[in-house]
Amino acid sequence: MSLLHLAIVLPFLAAVFIPFLFKGLRNIHTGWFVLLVPLLLFIYFVQYLPVTRDGETVTKTLEWIPSLGINFIAHVDGLGLLFAMLITGIGALVVLYSIYYLAKEKEALHNFYVYLLMFMGAMLGVVLSDNLIVLYMFWEFTSISSFLLIGYWYDRERSRYGAQKSMLITVFGGLSMLGGIVLLYLMGNTFSIQELIGLSDVLITDPLFIPALILILLGAFTKSAQFPFHIWLPDAMEAPTPVSAYLHSATMVKAGIYLVARMSPVFAESGLWLWLVAGFGIFTLFWGSFNAVKQTDLKAILAYSTISQLGLIMSLLGVGAAALHYDYLDDNIYMVATIAAVFHLINHATFKGSLFMMAGIVDHETGTRDIRKLGGLVNLMPITFTIAIIGSFSMAGLPPFNGFLSKEMFLTGMLSVLELDLFNLNTWGILFPVIAWIASVFTFVYSLKLVFKTFLGKPQFDQLPKKPHEAPIGMLISPLVLISMVVLFGFFPNLLSNSMIKPAVEAILPSLVDAGQEVDVHIYFWHGFQPELFMTLGIILFGIVLYSTLAKWQGVYNRIPERFTLNGLYDRGLARSESGGYRLTSGVMTGFMRTYLVYIFSFFTAILLSTLIIKEGIVYDTSGLAAIQSYEVILALVLVAGAVTILFAKSRLTSIVALGVVGYSVALFFVLFRAPDLALTQLVIETVTVALFLLCFYHLPEISRKEERMRFRFGNAVLSVLVGATMTLIALSAFSQRSDESISQYHIDNVYELAAGGNMVNVILVDFRGFDTLFEICVLGVGALGIYAMVRYRTARSENE
Amino acid sequence: MEFLMCIIVGILFASAVYLILSKSLLRIIIGTGLLSHGAHLLLLTMSGLKTGAAPVLSDNVTSYTDPLPQALVLTAIVISFGVTAFFLVLAYRTYQELGTDNMEEMRGTESHD
Amino acid sequence: MKKTNDLILQTVTKVISFIIILFSIHLFFAGHYTPGGGFIGGLMTAAALVLLLLAYDIKTLDKILPFDYKLMTAAGLLIAVLTAAGSLLFNVPFFTHAYDYFDLPLLGETSLHTAVLFDIGVYMVVIGITMTIIQTIGESE
Repeated sequence: MSLLHLAIVLPFLAAVFIPFLFKGLRNIHTGWFVLLVPLLLFIYFVQYLPVTRDGETVTKTLEWIPSLGINFIAHVDGLGLLFAMLITGIGALVVLYSIYYLAKEKEALHNFYVYLLMFMGAMLGVVLSDNLIVLYMFWEFTSISSFLLIGYWYDRERSRYGAQKSMLITVFGGLSMLGGIVLLYLMGNTFSIQELIGLSDVLITDPLFIPALILILLGAFTKSAQFPFHIWLPDAMEAPTPVSAYLHSATMVKAGIYLVARMSPVFAESGLWLWLVAGFGIFTLFWGSFNAVKQTDLKAILAYSTISQLGLIMSLLGVGAAALHYDYLDDNIYMVATIAAVFHLINHATFKGSLFMMAGIVDHETGTRDIRKLGGLVNLMPITFTIAIIGSFSMAGLPPFNGFLSKEMFLTGMLSVLELDLFNLNTWGILFPVIAWIASVFTFVYSLKLVFKTFLGKPQFDQLPKKPHEAPIGMLISPLVLISMVVLFGFFPNLLSNSMIKPAVEAILPSLVDAGQEVDVHIYFWHGFQPELFMTLGIILFGIVLYSTLAKWQGVYNRIPERFTLNGLYDRGLARSESGGYRLTSGVMTGFMRTYLVYIFSFFTAILLSTLIIKEGIVYDTSGLAAIQSYEVILALVLVAGAVTILFAKSRLTSIVALGVVGYSVALFFVLFRAPDLALTQLVIETVTVALFLLCFYHLPEISRKEERMRFRFGNAVLSVLVGATMTLIALSAFSQRSDESISQYHIDNVYELAAGGNMVNVILVDFRGFDTLFEICVLGVGALGIYAMVRYRTARSENE
Repeated sequence: MEFLMCIIVGILFASAVYLILSKSLLRIIIGTGLLSHGAHLLLLTMSGLKTGAAPVLSDNVTSYTDPLPQALVLTAIVISFGVTAFFLVLAYRTYQELGTDNMEEMRGTESHD
Repeated sequence: MKKTNDLILQTVTKVISFIIILFSIHLFFAGHYTPGGGFIGGLMTAAALVLLLLAYDIKTLDKILPFDYKLMTAAGLLIAVLTAAGSLLFNVPFFTHAYDYFDLPLLGETSLHTAVLFDIGVYMVVIGITMTIIQTIGESE
């Protein structure tokens, strides 16, 4: 286990101590201890910056299940490191913020921080694992911790609803992804992403390539809230605001982006990948921004805006894949899309994180997030207002903030689609810049709405639950740090270009940089009088018009009836599956044991018989059969007579005696079949069993069969004859054909050398297969205890009465 | 011999299933007993019968019968004893509590949902 | 259990059960080389005890052999598990492999002992559970 592995699991290890710290040191906010973890990790990961800047990667392997090809391979490259730094850096700020947001007296902090640390570790695991199965494990961990965090205030109905919804959707995606991973394994015979990248030329010709691609994308789209799976994200806003800022804007939802970026080298050659990723991305961008405008809850606006921005990054990654179809880097106009994706990823984390924290501050200090009640806060909360306006303007794509730069690059990337003549893009490609432009107008509108409706306008403080005032300084530190980055990256974007963006881009498109070339990342403010500039001017113009006439056209949103929304579909689907499940269960489950047994036996015979027939398994081989002696036939007749007597016995004593006859005949058969141990055991067991039956007769009534009708008996008879026939056929076919030699030869050969014994059966029991015996006696012990409890419980109770 | 055993196994299974499907608790328990006899014989039959001497090492024997199924069956015999005992006690406790040994009257309450 | 007062049965049982128990112990120890072993030995002993129980009654048996059979089951399980886990002390990393390795370095006498130890566990468990079941049912009237 290397230091790198330790760094990934450090949050998990730290989580163990949180409850004790919470219980033991109640007067110190638990968050201060938690804060150490992301801080330490951030410092640790900063050390890797020079490594990845030089184009190097670090790989450390920890053997886990090597026989299945599952090892914990930690792989640090530009892309993974970028995410690791986002996770730990923003993690530290969010923890700091949460210390002031969640009061230590009221909240169950031990739960909160355990979940948060679990999430942090899981997220690090996702972005730093090279093995897909390990990645999947951490991926589901993020879903689970997200579920727990959304449901943190579990006494609220909306929290539980949101938690369940996010869980159902993301776990569905996760399972699809697992399917994709397995398909990739079938094609490439490896779980390692780096090895799969090497095989991408072979994989693309495989018939399983397309299903694998779609399944992996399902995982990414559900996690990153792409249309139509975006519906869980707005409901996830029920989580405490630090969680929303961390999971649902800056990190977890970007896991899908990460996956798409990470798997790009494997899949991106395919035109389907380009179309799906870019198409769903661009539509999500539009749909998110369009819906964000109608929201009235601050966090809901931000949620839809996050959906939209995730779509933006996704579409850039999709278009960026076009770069692979050109062998050279110079003049490769599609590189800008990938660079913009990485750059916007960082920018979005900074401005959206600060905006979420801003929303949390407003909520915390005024008691509401409803913009219809808010307004005029600018005088009371000047610092918060500053944060809000910088964040919103960056989000709207206004200079001089970092959002402007990445928005310009985004438009450049979308315009480049026009020049692409691959995969029918020359006909439909025009849609990309058009939708991008429309979506950007809506983005501009909701950004304005977010800040102006909250902080400007007529003050209506009498409507607020609390008397508003500026937040404590501790709560402002984290958003201020983030917002200063927004400004810093806006003025000096090239601070990032060589240290973080270039290594990340090289990791997304490795095949282009193999030839010793370098990706040239330069981000400019001024591009000259290019189409992008006019598009931005148009966005601002139209945005202002739309914003000022908002009241007139807002009615558009009410035109869509609730029935046809995706949320309505989800809710009805869930309700139907529940009621359908209940109806099915109550229809099948009669409460009468015979019904269940009939199901079991019918399926049993149906499946076994049909398999035997379809696979042509019914074979009867007469060679090498043991001879039949006359006394054996007599014994067999006795046995059968015993069994049949039980069927027609009227008294229970007859049944028991007949059962004894069967048992002793079986024991004699064991003698004939050269199984002395079995014969001895069977004889003793039979004796004890009969004694047991006799003992229990004191407590049981006579057998009564009056209530069994003829039809009932006939049905039973048919079914039992079927089962018996099936067993006979299976027995016949089983000894007539062997696919492999018996493994017993090993036991026979080694019984003396290895186990120093002579009786093979006993040696197998106590030595070769001692484990089985150990479990068996455990089961027997449990059974005896169960009997003891059943009898004694009654005795104890009746004594009480 | 194997052929004969296969038929016996079939008969044992058929009577066991018939008993298990009936309504009387005691018959169900006896049925499980028969079912385990059938399974034991089935296991032995599948491995081939009388293919050699008893699986106990001796000097001038080269071929033994398969010891592995015997070990499996030995375990199964003891376990089936445990199961039968458990069922018996379950049955008589049920009878004491509910006053019936008829499975059809033990459906539980319908109001549960 | 009904109070029986069968003199012949009781007299015969005294002798027979003693013989059965002796035989069962023989079976138990012989198990490694000839038919027998923990299961059969345990069952045989239990059968002898059941015979005693049928001839006398539970209280008398309790007086003759004052065992708590639940404890015997637990002790047997403990012995079995400890024997299995004991292999860990002999520098054998995995539980599963312990059985193979058990005897390799200790051919002969010692290997016999470890297997017998485990079998004693089995023997005790089998007696324990059989008697627990029979006693519990018998006492429940």
